[in-house]
Amino acid sequence: MFKIAKERLNELYSKIAETFGLFIPIKKGGEVNYHVWGEGKEVSLETLKTVKSPKNAFFPQSENLMKFKTEGKNLEIIDVRWDKTEKPFVMFGVKACDYKAIEVLDKVFLADPVDTYYQSRREATTIVTLACSRPEESCFCNAFGIDATAPQGDVTTWLDGENLYWQANTQKGEALTAAVKELLTEGGEEKVEAQKASTKAIMEKLPFASLDLSRFKPENLNELFEDPAWESMSEACLGCGTCTFVCPTCQCFDIRDFKTNEGVIRYRCWDSCMYSDFTLMAHGNSRTTQMQRFRQRFMHKLVYYPSQNDGLYSCVGCGRCVNKCPQKLNIVKVIKTLGGKNND
Amino acid sequence: MRDVELKMKERASELLKSGEVARVIGWKKGEFYHDPQPASFESVEELNAFVYNGFCGANLSKYLIQMSKKEGKTAIFLKPCDSYSFNQLVKEHRIVRENIHVIAIECQGKLDIEKIKAKGFDFVTEVEENGDEIAVASLYGNGAVQKDEVLLGKCETCKGKVHQVKDEEIILHEMQAGKKNRFEEVEKLEAMTEDERFAFWREQLQKCIRCNACRNVCPACSCLKCVFDNPASGIAAKANDDKFEEQLFHIIRAFHVSGRCTDCGECSRVCPQNIPLHLLNRKFIKDIDGLYGEYQAGETAEGKTPLTSYTEGDAEPNDVVNGEVR
Repeated sequence: MFKIAKERLNELYSKIAETFGLFIPIKKGGEVNYHVWGEGKEVSLETLKTVKSPKNAFFPQSENLMKFKTEGKNLEIIDVRWDKTEKPFVMFGVKACDYKAIEVLDKVFLADPVDTYYQSRREATTIVTLACSRPEESCFCNAFGIDATAPQGDVTTWLDGENLYWQANTQKGEALTAAVKELLTEGGEEKVEAQKASTKAIMEKLPFASLDLSRFKPENLNELFEDPAWESMSEACLGCGTCTFVCPTCQCFDIRDFKTNEGVIRYRCWDSCMYSDFTLMAHGNSRTTQMQRFRQRFMHKLVYYPSQNDGLYSCVGCGRCVNKCPQKLNIVKVIKTLGGKNND
Repeated sequence: MRDVELKMKERASELLKSGEVARVIGWKKGEFYHDPQPASFESVEELNAFVYNGFCGANLSKYLIQMSKKEGKTAIFLKPCDSYSFNQLVKEHRIVRENIHVIAIECQGKLDIEKIKAKGFDFVTEVEENGDEIAVASLYGNGAVQKDEVLLGKCETCKGKVHQVKDEEIILHEMQAGKKNRFEEVEKLEAMTEDERFAFWREQLQKCIRCNACRNVCPACSCLKCVFDNPASGIAAKANDDKFEEQLFHIIRAFHVSGRCTDCGECSRVCPQNIPLHLLNRKFIKDIDGLYGEYQAGETAEGKTPLTSYTEGDAEPNDVVNGEVR
């Protein structure tokens, strides 16, 4: 294990940025989100939850897929994808929940047929995770078996009042470590163990630590789908996309064409099952009420996705929806209502 | 506030029991003290979860678009600021007034949990409201914060404490108006150079994730189908793009609700990126006041509005610069 003094972190960022594009939580316009690092930017590793999750780096909210140009009868298709020969990048400060979320996305985008847009960014990225030391009441990653004190990733880091502690886990992680070696010194195991123990003690006190998810099984699909509780649970839903867009695992997108003076651009952008035009087809929409759209979102997270992915839920307990829903609806309420008998 | 909550619950119970109303719209207990959610109650049993406290900031009036068309009468609890939205919705024929029983309720300003957490209480276990002081218990330490410092943005500049509509009221204590002048922030923006102002809005609007929460919560945004959701409109804009197109969405929306926006502040309350969207609306309100005489949308449910009536003395839009006639 290595360490670097907190006040030297800027040197570390600067060193990483020599060879990599560095995405890191940065405060901009009052809010902390992942942005490309540069000298003078206000890095905020202490921020527990960025508003948008790091998924944006692999699966941008809006992305051009290709361009079409027509001249007479000729149609030219221009590849506009991110160029692999550009700098690889580092995602720095990814929390355990958000890292697990990338695993959830990988199962979608890297399964056959592989989404090559996602894949090229994913492969070019080295992920440096950061252990949590100050979880808050809306956190419930431990309900999904995630250990916030020891996230995986290419490199795992821990931050305390004095130092950042650094441990490489993979080949990519070793390569990044080699690139910044001159700034690191050995040591820190004891401090890290102490932090893990103190954070674990906090984690046990999280109010949603022991959510009962036992009823969310493929065999209960119809019963859950028909449950009358969806009606009252969704009543206050505004049908906005906040929960979807702050969610680290939501993965739906729409593909559209945009006409410009220089041809047509085909782009994709995040879509939300909360929206009235989601999966709109020629005959109309398959889900005509907000209750149906609301149900779709949570059934996907808790039943459909796990039934296709060996029981892995596509919620990681980051709690962003708990904090951000304008009307205070969230997945915890759904789990408590439908998840099983052991929810109070 | 506890006494107000009890009275409200009692009244809701009476109304449901007697059959005078089929449902009551209010707030229901959440997972914490600080996250009550809007809810409708159809039976006395359901009222067990009823709650009214400093975190009931949501404006409930827009729910009436659906609820007032249901079978039977709907009772609704409205804070003074929500009553403006109610009138505006009646004026625009979005809600059915005869089917609604308005209970005007006391409001002493609502709280912003994010502001409380930012004071170091980021594992809130308990909140207690003691007048101007809010006691907060958190896993990382207990303490107290001054209410003035943790009010929702919209409550800092509260328009006043007079309900613009009511069928009955539950007001047990005197209410205070906001301490800040609501046009102060607008004036700051007006005092900027064009470049500074552009940079300000650019930085703010770049944060937009296009979740549409501002639009969907807005009582003035009551179109059955928003033009931006309609693929047939040719301008359906789903992509979040931090170039000019994105900034246009908010500006177009502000134009569309101008003259109808009551300044309820919900747009800024719900924005996940805390973009001060209300400032766009407020700028238009200030301009309308200056150009056509003071006007407050939602003060009444009748009458013409400055932008839907014409007089010969009206300012010509082309002659107006920075809210003043050139």
